[in-house]
Amino acid sequence: MSGAGVKVAPMSVPGPTGAPKITLAHGGGGKAMRELIDHVFVRAFDNAYLADLDDQARFALAGFGEHGDRLAFTTDSYVVDPLFFPGGNIGKLAVCGTVNDLAVGGARPLYLSCGVIVEEGVEIELLSRVAESMAAAAAEAEVLVVTGDTKVVHRGACDKLFINTAGIGVIREGIELGANRARSGDKILINGWLGDHGAAILDARGELALDTEIESDCAPLGGLIAALLTACPDIRFIRDATRGGIATVLNEIASASGVGVELVEDAIPIREEVRGFCEILGLDPLYLANEGKIVCVVPRSRAEAALASMKNHPLGRAASIIGAVAAEKPGRVAMRTVFGGRRLIDMLSGEQLPRIC
Amino acid sequence: MRYVDEFRDPAKAKFLLKEIDSLTRRVMAGRDRPVSIMEVCGGHTHSIFRYGIEKMLPADIELVHGPGCPVCVLPMGRVDDCVALAEMPDAIFATFGDAMRVPGSRKSLLGAKADGADVRMVYSPLDALQLARENPRKEVVFFGLGFETTMPSTALTVIQAAVEEIINFSLFCNHITIIPTIKAILDSPGMQLDGFLGPGHVSMVIGVAPYDFIAEAYGKPLVVAGFEPLDVLHSIWMVIRQIAEGRSEVENQYRRIAPQEGNAKSLAAVAEVFELREFFEWRGLGSIDHSGVRIRDAYAAYDAERKFPVPAVRIADPKSCQCGEVLKGVIKPWQCKVFGKACKPETPLGALMVSSEGACAAWYQYGDLDSVARKVEVT
Repeated sequence: MSGAGVKVAPMSVPGPTGAPKITLAHGGGGKAMRELIDHVFVRAFDNAYLADLDDQARFALAGFGEHGDRLAFTTDSYVVDPLFFPGGNIGKLAVCGTVNDLAVGGARPLYLSCGVIVEEGVEIELLSRVAESMAAAAAEAEVLVVTGDTKVVHRGACDKLFINTAGIGVIREGIELGANRARSGDKILINGWLGDHGAAILDARGELALDTEIESDCAPLGGLIAALLTACPDIRFIRDATRGGIATVLNEIASASGVGVELVEDAIPIREEVRGFCEILGLDPLYLANEGKIVCVVPRSRAEAALASMKNHPLGRAASIIGAVAAEKPGRVAMRTVFGGRRLIDMLSGEQLPRIC
Repeated sequence: MRYVDEFRDPAKAKFLLKEIDSLTRRVMAGRDRPVSIMEVCGGHTHSIFRYGIEKMLPADIELVHGPGCPVCVLPMGRVDDCVALAEMPDAIFATFGDAMRVPGSRKSLLGAKADGADVRMVYSPLDALQLARENPRKEVVFFGLGFETTMPSTALTVIQAAVEEIINFSLFCNHITIIPTIKAILDSPGMQLDGFLGPGHVSMVIGVAPYDFIAEAYGKPLVVAGFEPLDVLHSIWMVIRQIAEGRSEVENQYRRIAPQEGNAKSLAAVAEVFELREFFEWRGLGSIDHSGVRIRDAYAAYDAERKFPVPAVRIADPKSCQCGEVLKGVIKPWQCKVFGKACKPETPLGALMVSSEGACAAWYQYGDLDSVARKVEVT
């Protein structure tokens, strides 16, 4: 079943607007499904592992050994609404998110899977655009999408399109990262502006009647993290600050390591637009999601080297040392406010809900 | 950010704190209990915690977090009514976001949504009216909530619905008024407040004159305050200065927003649509005369309470819940028996733990629990 041998027929089944749409036939395992997979996914991802369209991708073990001594394996599902937003879309997110989950463990991301659940009635062209974005993000992240699955569900059984990606990477020798490794005196770094993704998504839903130019920061961070680990191999911990924002990650560190965390509000980079957005809606940017930001805990003596390495990378130009680890008040995250006061930064109990006045 | 950063200047804060400190010392020379100032509005409570203002003040100033969080003072029975309205067939229930987590006796609106009710989060009552236009076959009920700050926009929305003759829109009116509430607090036994920070955004609508009785009849200073941290510090300084000088007056720190005489257009819209209820039930405070509004007969068609059967069952607050005493400033949030134990933001027993403007949630989220421990040891 070589992909090259399959003739790609034009997609039929026009919808009311004339644009070809996904029908249940595309999930039936027959010809229509085969055409869809070839037309949309095989064409976009285009690699030797995938082209065979076997039930699994197969790798030589030796190929992993040259990158390090341990495998890293992760999975994540993507259900973002809306599917397209300023700065990205669900496809780019599905690649970057999983690549970053590997990279923050010190792994070099290598291979991804792509499972797609699509609602009948979605335009095939939309699916193609998503697949092409995934391919572009994969190329940027230097990973291959090597296996996949497509399911079509009845209208209403899912919201247009859900994607699951799993990823495999290899951890280089000597790298040991963990949320429990933070020590008093360590510095806390981030690689740039916070809250862009969360604000962009909220705004893109169009319910706020606010006109902003905030773009998601969605980006694959493998390159930045590899450079960082080379410059500073004794980094204690890296985590991407996605849902729950940096506030959540810092609380996890404080609790896992039994240390306190002291932030300096002045040092935390937040764009003017995002600050304004949060002011109007009564949101706290420390809890907004990011898709291209990492929180790093670095021994004090290595903090400047780590900062320089981040700033050297295009995805770390606005990097900053935002605080330090303290022995006092273990398990708590506190912040010195711009105003000179001090407040605790706790975990959120649920989703942030805008205040009424 | 212009017009924001100016009001968060730490150098100016330092200067004000020095002044507050020396005035407080003057005041304390003649008394044996701390100066107790209530910020009426939840917006102030939020700023105080977000910027760590309480901990910057001299120990002899005690801030009492007042009842001005509309979500917090909503009695459980009203939440049950919301759930009942939301669960009507073919209904869309539109609400502000932070009202969704308030617990009812059976469930919150978030719970109702999870169970299949069509509950939508909106940012303005006009968004709810738009939902009604877009869904002519659905009944859209807007959950009107808040003090005089949000009342005008609700009133204008009802007027707009009437002008357009939109028949599938109605309002579940839970708007409340601030003045009778402040009076109820002033009249409550054991009240030990020395002064007030007045609600800035309410005053933008009603003006400053309605507070005169507080200074004149009760002899307490009130300063209408803005919401940025420097506004709050500046207003605390103005209250302390009045106390030090033996004055009790209504002063306006928030002149840039709150005009002396209020906003005539807003007040006219409110008067057109709403009239005072004889009484309204408050969570923790009980029933307060003339503290709520309902829709006038002329707009009865837009009143969800008349349009649909609303259970209107009064549900007593949980016995262990001390929200009322916290609201009146009799105890601090952390002195409540269930604070941080049975009552946490993820499982709120009392409404003060629900909204980020609620005194208990703010304490839980932003408060320095170690300093609480110290205070507990001292008392």
